[in-house]
Amino acid sequence: MTSDGHLLEVRNLSKEFALQRSTREAIRRQGQVHRAVDDVSFSLRRGEILGLAGGSGSGKTTLARCIIRLVEPDAGEIKLDGRDVRAAHRRELRELRRRMQMVFQDPYASLNPRMSVGAMLLEAGRVHHRPGSENGEAFVKAVLERVHLSATMASRRPRELSGGQRQRVAVARALAVDPELLIADEAVSALDVSVQAQLLSLFLDLRDELGVAILFVAHQLAVIAEIADRVAVMNKGRIVEIGDTATVFHAPQDDYTKALLAAHPHPDLEGRRAQQV
Amino acid sequence: MSSLLEIENLRVDFGTRSQPLTAVKDVSLSVAAGEIVGLVGESGSGKSLTCRAVMRLIDQPGRIAAGTIAFEGRDVLAMSEKQLRDFRAHEAGMIYQDPFSSLNPVHRIGRQLAETLSVNLGLGRAQARERAIELLDGVGIPDPARRALSYPHELSGGMRQRVMIALATASEPRLLLADEPTTALDVTTQAQILDLLERLRADRGMAVLLVSHDFGVIARTCDRVAVMYGGHIVETADIATIYTAAEHPYTRALLQSVPELSSAGHPRRRGGIPGRPPELGEELAGCVFKPRCAFAEPDCAEVEMTLRAVGPAHESACPKRPLAAAASARVGAGAGAGTDAGAGGSGKAGPESVP
Repeated sequence: MTSDGHLLEVRNLSKEFALQRSTREAIRRQGQVHRAVDDVSFSLRRGEILGLAGGSGSGKTTLARCIIRLVEPDAGEIKLDGRDVRAAHRRELRELRRRMQMVFQDPYASLNPRMSVGAMLLEAGRVHHRPGSENGEAFVKAVLERVHLSATMASRRPRELSGGQRQRVAVARALAVDPELLIADEAVSALDVSVQAQLLSLFLDLRDELGVAILFVAHQLAVIAEIADRVAVMNKGRIVEIGDTATVFHAPQDDYTKALLAAHPHPDLEGRRAQQV
Repeated sequence: MSSLLEIENLRVDFGTRSQPLTAVKDVSLSVAAGEIVGLVGESGSGKSLTCRAVMRLIDQPGRIAAGTIAFEGRDVLAMSEKQLRDFRAHEAGMIYQDPFSSLNPVHRIGRQLAETLSVNLGLGRAQARERAIELLDGVGIPDPARRALSYPHELSGGMRQRVMIALATASEPRLLLADEPTTALDVTTQAQILDLLERLRADRGMAVLLVSHDFGVIARTCDRVAVMYGGHIVETADIATIYTAAEHPYTRALLQSVPELSSAGHPRRRGGIPGRPPELGEELAGCVFKPRCAFAEPDCAEVEMTLRAVGPAHESACPKRPLAAAASARVGAGAGAGTDAGAGGSGKAGPESVP
């Protein structure tokens, strides 16, 4: 934690999606609504890693996307470093989005297959007028170094990279614009454990070296256990429990959290015995 | 030993005959009746191909280039089209990672099940419909009579996977091939599906070959595990031995990469495994794991990739046995799971640049 005060504050955030059950209901506008995010409040300090857990359909991804307004929230308040994200327009929104960058689950889909790694990183830097981006080669090299990739990667295209390398490039692209908050949406879920461990270690390095805060969305509780300072558990659009990772995982209060933890397959035999009792 | 399924020296090739690219190399594996065997490894290790080879479902240009697959002593590779159809219909079932793409989206699930039953078992229409509902009930689908009228898109992922299991086990096969059956599912749903597989084993004595990259899933369900890397099985043992006394450096490194709930509160760095697995067509001299192995020695390039017995029902492809002493010490001390005990395995595995 490098400084006091909250970097990100979310208050009473809600997002509804219309569910159209049938044509008749649609015409009569009787369609039900699905509350994907329901009155969610939490905050995140500088340099803090907050894990966001929950089953599929619990609203984790919608919440993450609402924060940078990839999905427009219906109600509530989002403040980044005291600035109102929901009220921001154009230039101001663009600047706020520079300060909070997203890393997606699938680096195959989130990287442009026609661009070289270097061009991709440089474009991100130049769009946001980052200092140093005038000197392309040095800029790219420095950004690649942050994610422990060698400068020779710059000329490669995504298809020439392994899954783990691609995800490092996706992280590098986010870092190219000097964000203060990274929103990682299932960023390690598609990777083999051997590569996943390296990426998790990278996220911890970035927090220590650059002081970025990370909102780490993951459905695997063990992954959150390895990286997060605090964890928020979502169910049906609501945060049902939030607290220190150790406290929540060792003494869960909410029934849903307890059920999630109980269902988690343990990679050792202790868990097998416990679950078979 | 009488095995239900006996795979011997299986080789699966891609590429041309003059320049074959070998994806599965000399794999031997057996599954006994009523046994749940796990096949674990990183993506690209050949575990899915091995599983699909049993059903002869290797798509062109892939082909089974060598080896034998025997089911109750009968040669699966020599079966005629008709015999193969019977084998797939009655004796072995298969479920996949993505149940949505395996179900026909324009037919109600009850009808799909009934069709399978009437083709495979020759049941009449009404009988097949009745049996379909029983099967849905058997895999834990609530209100099965009504659910039978649903289309696949109306079901959740877990429900779809149950329908797939009902389909694959409709004619009570003695072997179920499950290729990453829970990878696309939530942990709570995953637990239910794994329970279901165990129940089918307990009730019907069905054997399962479970392919997964998730050690959590393997630990929860399997009796025995085979670890695959670069197209080879590098270690095989019963589940307890793998967790407490894994011998092959790859198995140990993989186990040490698995995130654990108990880390909560003290974020930790695991090294993972540096480097990347060999690509298709990349021929390495000697041990395929040598470039990533923390214990590699120069003469590992001359090691032959064959399994050697290192203990009762425990085989490893690493003749150097760098972890053997530590492993037997831990067995002697009766130590349980202790992932730090083999810290030597991660000696080289700090945060490194990926080549």
